[in-house]
Amino acid sequence: MSTTHDIAIIGGGIMGCATALRLAEVGMRTIVLDQGDLGLGASGVNAGTLSLQIKRVKLMPYALAGHREWEAMGVAVGFKKPGGYTLAFTAREAALLQERQSLKAQAGAPIRFVSIDELRKAEPNLAPGIVAASYCPEDGYANSSLTGRYYRLRMRAADIDVRERCPATKISQTSGGFRIETPQAPVKCVRLLIAAGGWIKPLAGQLGVDLPINVRVNTASVTERMKPLFSAVIGHATGLLTMKQKTDGTVLIGGGWQGRGTPQSGRGTVTMETVIPNLALAQFALPALGSARVTRCWTGFEANVPDFYPLAGQLPGVANAFVLGCVRGGFTIGPYIGRLMGDFILGRETELSLFDPGRDFNEELQ
Amino acid sequence: MTADCDIAVLGAGPAGANAAIQAATGGCSVVLLDEAAQPGGQVWRAKSTSILSAPANSESKAGDALRRAVNQSDITHHGSTRVWQIERVDDVWRLYLLQGNQTEKMTARALILATGAREFVHPIPGWTTPGVHGLAGATALFKDALILPGKNTVVAGAGPLAFFVASEIRRLGGQIAAVITPNSRSEWLRAIPAMSARPDLLARGATWVADLMTSGIPIHWRHAVTAVSGTSQVDAVHFQRVSPDWSPVDKVRTLNADSLCLGHGLIPDTQAAQLAGLELTYRAELGGWVARVAPDGITEVKNLFVCGDGAGILGAAAAVVQGRLAGLAAATGFGAQRSENLYQQLLSQHARAARFGRAATALALPRPGLNRVATPNTIICRCESLTLADIRDEIRTGATSTNAVKAGLRAGMGPCGGRYCQTAVSRLIEHTANLPEGSVAPPTPRPPLRPVPLSAMADDFNYDDLPISKPAPL
Ligand SMILES: Cc1cc2nc3c(=O)[nH]c(=O)nc-3n(C[C@H](O)[C@@H](O)[C@H](O)COP(=O)(O)OP(=O)(O)OC[C@H]3O[C@@H](n4cnc5c(N)ncnc54)[C@H](O)[C@@H]3O)c2cc1C
Ligand SMILES: Cc1cc2nc3c(=O)[nH]c(=O)nc-3n(C[C@H](O)[C@H](O)[C@H](O)COP(=O)(O)OP(=O)(O)OC[C@H]3O[C@@H](n4cnc5c(N)ncnc54)[C@H](O)[C@@H]3O)c2cc1C
Repeated sequence: MSTTHDIAIIGGGIMGCATALRLAEVGMRTIVLDQGDLGLGASGVNAGTLSLQIKRVKLMPYALAGHREWEAMGVAVGFKKPGGYTLAFTAREAALLQERQSLKAQAGAPIRFVSIDELRKAEPNLAPGIVAASYCPEDGYANSSLTGRYYRLRMRAADIDVRERCPATKISQTSGGFRIETPQAPVKCVRLLIAAGGWIKPLAGQLGVDLPINVRVNTASVTERMKPLFSAVIGHATGLLTMKQKTDGTVLIGGGWQGRGTPQSGRGTVTMETVIPNLALAQFALPALGSARVTRCWTGFEANVPDFYPLAGQLPGVANAFVLGCVRGGFTIGPYIGRLMGDFILGRETELSLFDPGRDFNEELQ
Repeated sequence: MTADCDIAVLGAGPAGANAAIQAATGGCSVVLLDEAAQPGGQVWRAKSTSILSAPANSESKAGDALRRAVNQSDITHHGSTRVWQIERVDDVWRLYLLQGNQTEKMTARALILATGAREFVHPIPGWTTPGVHGLAGATALFKDALILPGKNTVVAGAGPLAFFVASEIRRLGGQIAAVITPNSRSEWLRAIPAMSARPDLLARGATWVADLMTSGIPIHWRHAVTAVSGTSQVDAVHFQRVSPDWSPVDKVRTLNADSLCLGHGLIPDTQAAQLAGLELTYRAELGGWVARVAPDGITEVKNLFVCGDGAGILGAAAAVVQGRLAGLAAATGFGAQRSENLYQQLLSQHARAARFGRAATALALPRPGLNRVATPNTIICRCESLTLADIRDEIRTGATSTNAVKAGLRAGMGPCGGRYCQTAVSRLIEHTANLPEGSVAPPTPRPPLRPVPLSAMADDFNYDDLPISKPAPL
């Protein structure tokens, strides 16, 4: 016997899962498909930084709301809020920091500039040579490895159908909605949400919609356990470094350095040509890191559109089909924007406005 | 792109060292890399300087011959060198090496992987007690430093290795409380026709057993160790009779002993092959997850060869021959003349050695009953102190892949990189979720292959070289 779901969600990353939970709350029969394991795409391998200092000005209200969601998720996702410093080592970086963080502060983030003395007192192991620093007490991190586990348990409790290792291989429109082919039984549904991260483009393409999506291959690295070296989330004015020491003592290092590969050809691979300068910058900022042994370096795919704002709304020209992805800082904002997306699909007014996937990506966003 | 050498060989055991010698004979420039100081690999590991005067045995003699051959060849051998990353850049292989506290880079046109095997110890209650050694690991103690596992040792495990270890302990003056093996005598008898492909090796095995029997050491056939007790040191070893699938049956018996050598077969070490881009398939008869490799070491990736136990557990004799075949294939790719005679001769030698190897491996392959031995409190992942119950609960919530268990619990995220727990985790997932054997793959390996000090990765950094990238959109 085959049933028709009220909605099928393709992609069990943070976007798909957060939306599913919202929809199931009001009793929608929801099914989530993931080609791999839940939450092991970008949502499970990202650096986990929850930092307002690296959020876009126009996304600040979403990020602030996202931080509240993470705080509520708490220990189950390894949430910590030690605050965060962004460092400048040169006059040019100091100017960049001043300009950018001021705008973010105006947008509502509680960011302030701190003296080098104050910084040293808080983080004595940082390198000499820092010329300016900003601080945000709301900054913190969560453990992205726990994303899959967290949502698996919550979706199970909410009676959501979840099929892992079950790729959507073909989508077609039917009289009553959509039919999705999978290696298991096909899925029939009235509504469809494509929340497939770096893999959105070919899926939307199957419904005749060409979205101008690019995919970046971000890298991150982690060390073995170390004695406590620093407590805040540390960033660099250029964005080329983010790092945090987790409670278990491991240090996670990222900064948007690019690896190789495409979503269509496996998991992507790191290249030492970018990992090495990333780690070198980390050691430059915190010399004691030199003695840490690096245990793993990896990559994940992060999608974006030309204006670097989210795709969140109706799939242009296809009734009852929706898309959610390409959210810069998507780990931070995901749990919140997923909830908004749920409201949008339910036809409700959303607390903050969404981002029409049918917009002109070369125009300034209103 | 020009490369530093024609061929880089990773691993200087019987497979890799012979591959290197063969390729150098063909006129190629060859670099041989191994984290051990001297060639020899696991089976022919060199003695440490403190025991150079120890009596020779057939392993140490074969190893010395191999080391001489490497020395006399044109091979550049880098010992004490860890390979921690493999990348394909244009049409060459780039390897990242750790020597002391220094990172070095090198490039090669072709790459031969001969990384060998690692040992599988299926977790049983008490297996983390001090005094419990891996069966294969124990041989490293003897070879390296003539260290015995204890004063009174139980040796337990399947296949020939248990008898080799017991006879070595005796040869070195140690005392064996008993040998316990889940194989039955008739399984051994049935293996003899295949093992006769290498009568020399079969005869050696027979002398180990004969030695134990004549000296009155109890051999418990079709039995398995099911628990170890002791707090700071092993004080007793508990064992039971097992059924043909190795499920424990009957009452528990106890032996007093201060040490236990325990092993459940060998697993091909495939992480380097995976980093180089090879996919794995499950081949139980080869010891588990392996890349697709032809008898002459050729793989699906151009200029990438795999040989020895890393391609499938067929033992040292097969490793020697497959190494030579891989060296020949790689050199032929660079224009060396290949003697068709030699090639055919090596192929048939390999077939014989492989027949012996497969029979030995078949005896040692873990069987499903082993899954019934661990209790909820048994540690499965040592790095993160995770028990069977921790992992089983996670599986029951739906985490039915090794990547999912790793993400949720950190099993495999510790310093060992999953080398010690992942086979047990795969088996546990299959058992708990009722999936067929061989359906749960090991997790995606991530570089570095071995932990590397950050300072060694990050050296010669100049702050001014940081790219001035376009700042992120505001
Ligand atoms: C601990 C142990 C002990 C064993 N003892 C015996 C024995 O006594 N008798 C027997 O018949 N069989 C033994 N075996 C089985 C063994 O696999 C042999 O069949 C044989 O050694 C296989 O030869 P090989 O060349 O394929 O691999 P190996 O001999 O294992 O050689 C592989 C080599 O690769 C090197 N290597 C791997 N990865 C890296 C890296 N990333 N960087 C640098 N170097 C690397 C290792 O240091 C090693 O020297 C043992 C296996 C193990 C795991
Ligand atoms: C290395 C890295 C570091 C990052 N650091 C941060 C950070 O510190 N802070 C922050 O806020 N953000 C960070 N991000 C961004 C953030 O991780 C992403 O924006 C967010 O996780 C995207 O979530 P998603 O659900 O859209 O995509 P994903 O998590 O990738 O989920 C998409 C899912 O769709 C599935 N899928 C794809 N195709 C199909 C198909 N055909 N059928 C079924 N399923 C399919 C995939 O398997 C995948 O699980 C980082 C990203 C990366 C890669």
